[in-house]
Amino acid sequence: MATTIRAEAGPLRRYAPLLGVALIVLYCLLPFYWMMVSAFRRPSDQFDNSIIPRPFSFDNIKDVFKEGTGFGRGLANSLLVAGTVTILTLVIGLVAAYTLARLDFRGKNLVLAIIITTSMFPGISLIVPLLKLFIDIKWINTYQAMIVPSLSFALPLAVWTLTSFFRQMPRELEQAAMVDGCTPAQAFRKVILPLAAPGVFTTAIITFIAAWNEFLIALTMVQVKEKQTANVIISQFTGAAGRDQPFGSQMAAGVIVTIPLVIAVLLFQRRIVAGLTAGGVK
Amino acid sequence: MSAPTPVAAERPVNQPPTSEKVRRHDEGTGKLAAILLSPTMLVLGLVVLFPIISALRESLYQPGGVDPETGFVTEGDTFVGLDNYTAIFTGDTADRFWNAFYNTTFFTVTCVVLETILGVAMALVMHKAFRGRAVVRASILVPWAIPTVVSALLWKWIFQADGAANAIIGRQVLWSTEGWQSVASVIIADTWKTAPFIGLLVLAGLQTIPNEVYEAAKVDGASVFQQFRMITLPLVKPALLVAVLFRMLDTLRIFDLPFVLVGPHKDSVETLSMLAYDEAFNTRYGPAAAYATVLFIYVAVVAFAFVKLLGADVIGDAAVRKPKKKKKGDSAPPGVGAAGLGGLTAGGGV
Amino acid sequence: MAVASSLVLLASACGGDEEAGGGATTGGALEGRGPITFATGKDTSGFLPAQVSAWNSQHPEEKVTVVELPESADGQRQQMVQASQNKQDSFSVLNLDVVWTAEFAANRWVEEIPRDSFPSLSAAIPATIKTAEYRGKLYAVPITSDGGMLYYRKDLLTKAGVQPPATWAEMATACQKVQALPEGKGMGCYAGQFEKYEGLTVNFSEAINGAGGVVVGEDGKPNVDTPEALAGLEFLVNAFKSGAIPKAAITYKEEEGRRAFQDGKLLFHRQWPYQYALASKTDGSSKVVGKFAVAPLPGLNGPGVSTLGGHNYAISAFAKNKASAADFIKFMASEERQSANLQASSQAPAWASLYDDTALQAKFPYLTPLKASIEKAQPRPAVVKYGDVTAAIQEAAYDALTEKKQPKQALTDLQTKLSSLITQ
Repeated sequence: MATTIRAEAGPLRRYAPLLGVALIVLYCLLPFYWMMVSAFRRPSDQFDNSIIPRPFSFDNIKDVFKEGTGFGRGLANSLLVAGTVTILTLVIGLVAAYTLARLDFRGKNLVLAIIITTSMFPGISLIVPLLKLFIDIKWINTYQAMIVPSLSFALPLAVWTLTSFFRQMPRELEQAAMVDGCTPAQAFRKVILPLAAPGVFTTAIITFIAAWNEFLIALTMVQVKEKQTANVIISQFTGAAGRDQPFGSQMAAGVIVTIPLVIAVLLFQRRIVAGLTAGGVK
Repeated sequence: MSAPTPVAAERPVNQPPTSEKVRRHDEGTGKLAAILLSPTMLVLGLVVLFPIISALRESLYQPGGVDPETGFVTEGDTFVGLDNYTAIFTGDTADRFWNAFYNTTFFTVTCVVLETILGVAMALVMHKAFRGRAVVRASILVPWAIPTVVSALLWKWIFQADGAANAIIGRQVLWSTEGWQSVASVIIADTWKTAPFIGLLVLAGLQTIPNEVYEAAKVDGASVFQQFRMITLPLVKPALLVAVLFRMLDTLRIFDLPFVLVGPHKDSVETLSMLAYDEAFNTRYGPAAAYATVLFIYVAVVAFAFVKLLGADVIGDAAVRKPKKKKKGDSAPPGVGAAGLGGLTAGGGV
Repeated sequence: MAVASSLVLLASACGGDEEAGGGATTGGALEGRGPITFATGKDTSGFLPAQVSAWNSQHPEEKVTVVELPESADGQRQQMVQASQNKQDSFSVLNLDVVWTAEFAANRWVEEIPRDSFPSLSAAIPATIKTAEYRGKLYAVPITSDGGMLYYRKDLLTKAGVQPPATWAEMATACQKVQALPEGKGMGCYAGQFEKYEGLTVNFSEAINGAGGVVVGEDGKPNVDTPEALAGLEFLVNAFKSGAIPKAAITYKEEEGRRAFQDGKLLFHRQWPYQYALASKTDGSSKVVGKFAVAPLPGLNGPGVSTLGGHNYAISAFAKNKASAADFIKFMASEERQSANLQASSQAPAWASLYDDTALQAKFPYLTPLKASIEKAQPRPAVVKYGDVTAAIQEAAYDALTEKKQPKQALTDLQTKLSSLITQ
């Protein structure tokens, strides 16, 4: 959609947006490009500033996956944790969001406000007492110790997002469904949910990315390598001599962690944007 | 405490007031709502409320000191009331606190303003562009998708004394030393990561503005700038405000970037989160919790003030737009804003 | 990345106030046998498993499990503090950095070590034992040590016809002569670690000690506002001002400095032993292969004084099997194990006579100057609030180096600050 004001040509008018697009793409991708370049240099010429890695080398990538780093396992752990957080958040958040969007009860705004306020407390101080609690109930070094605290930021944002989506859907939908003999629950499941799919999908992606990027909780709650997430493992890479910081393999690992997200973003960008515009509902 | 208003402010936008009355007849909805909301509240109670209360309690205690006789640390914490709070505001600590307070505020204002301007500019460009829109939309999500830890490492790498940044500008700026340059490096890194996403949100808002509105404005002889000011801005404002609010809340808690890029104990970039971290690092959990609480109060006050000051505008907007019922554009921006919250929080990390 | 290796520490936030008492047996018998865990920083050499399996095959009933902590020192300390504050038997043996001894001892998180039953102590370099003491009592056993050395460009000094310097003045003269050579044009004279972190504390202390001053005196009291200390600090400040130390060195940690030295941009470099192997690598990463050598650090009027680094092994107060833990430490402190570790990881051993072994010297040409460096080296202040003390030192040094404060003023302020921090 979105046509511009009549294209009354003029080369400047025609090419200015293109130039702008080029600038934006450069702005967004240059630092990322530098990360890739650094990843594909030989470790021995890591500090070269040439624009193309010469000679091209997979040594850093190999280092990332070499035995003992646990990076492959870390990727799997990240997937597991972020995936579970996403599913849990959606299941719990959908019910809450629908309730807040559709049911009328006293203190509704207060409830929403409380949910939003929870995302304001500095993360630093939330983690400490939770850590203590998890030590007591023997949850340290478990997946749930990473998953449950992640809900503290995932859930409020999912509820907030989904509530907005639901509110935009015409109330007549359920009314029509109920006239047709559906219970409210059925109306929700059979009519609302499919229609809200783009919004739910967007929320899922946003939640997943937030959980995938989470670092502090994973770092704090899990100390055994088999269960650490990829982000934690990257931060703990070391070079051969202990003091040296292996920027090359860190960059390589960074590329590897980011690429799945970039691919997901490329595949789903239409959906993400559709979800964001919320126009897809109608 | 403070957040109710954004929600309340947005409701009129989302729900025509007429429908409220229709539903009032529902009996027992309160109970049903309570049941349906209980899982969410239970989870948040465990992972947010419980830690908050623990931290508040902790902030009233101080760890034992070293016994000069034996050289051993006396066991157990002592209750000290509000001492940890008053200590923040007295003596040397006060200077450090106010410096960090200033830095935090400065980062927040600068980053959010820059990100908003850049984001809006990007959105306008993308809105005008036909070719390459898919590419631009995909690439704009890349900075957002890179984990904060990794992006901090990346920028540290770029800002080395012999790194890429200095190679490009052709002279040696020592980015991690005290002074404007360290502040700049943090702002650049933060802006890079979040401005594109604001751009995407605003673009989403822009796309819901029907073309006829612009056509009409043109007929009336409005200049491009006037169109932007009178049409575009007001219509994307609700989405933008929510995005800005949540960016502010995030930046007020900024920690990773200054810590990784510049380092601890540097006056130029020390933020309130870093102070809390520093106390905790030295095993003074009471004072650390007190700093965290002060920061929380500051964040809450800012959020409250922001909503109070600009919230009225949001409502005003809604009133202006009400006549044009059933417009896609009416309902979209709040949804956009809400989605933005997710993405932006993701960008900021915990 | 120290950064984020973060708030683990906070853990104990609410742990401290319960069940006071804990496992503080002072100097008591180390009892209990069975499997133990060994908490150590990341094993970068890859040799630790071999060491541990040597123990495990001899002691099937007291097997050691290695728990690898994060790479960064901060991260390691946090995890050990956390385990201690929660009074958990998660780690039996702790691999402590030398500067943590006081904190762990004063909190009674580690057991006192009965000197008589650890024979390796008499063979260790005496200076290393100091780092394991708190208030005269021993709380850990030195395993590895570390000392700063002066790396210099042998090729250029020879060409300019000068000897490796023993004093700062000689170093300056040597540098001028080298800079007069065509190869030495535009070269930086000297660098150490001057970024605002632990390395600055080390370099600052070395400058002060090298001029005959002290940061904290023998009596445990800070005494840094002295003419000697001022002379030391002024050496660094003036070197920065004159450009003898390149401007960029204010951002140098170990690695940035190593890069500059390996790129041939530095004539003299204060650095730990680990740089030797890396700067000798022939894969193209180092431009100074075969062109450098090491000497003891220079000082104001003669050889300088290094700051001690290294790691000591301690027994957790909350360990169940303390007798096994003690035996494992003895095993790791033995000459055989120390020698094996030196060969595999090139970490400086605590065992003195290893430095004089000709076979080892052939492999590690820096052993002789390193021993000289460590023998004379000074420990950093053994105080419980080490984190605050080192932060104060860094603040003063950084302010002086960046000319935010006059050196004299920086020292006076530091004295005041330290006096309030070290009141014990």
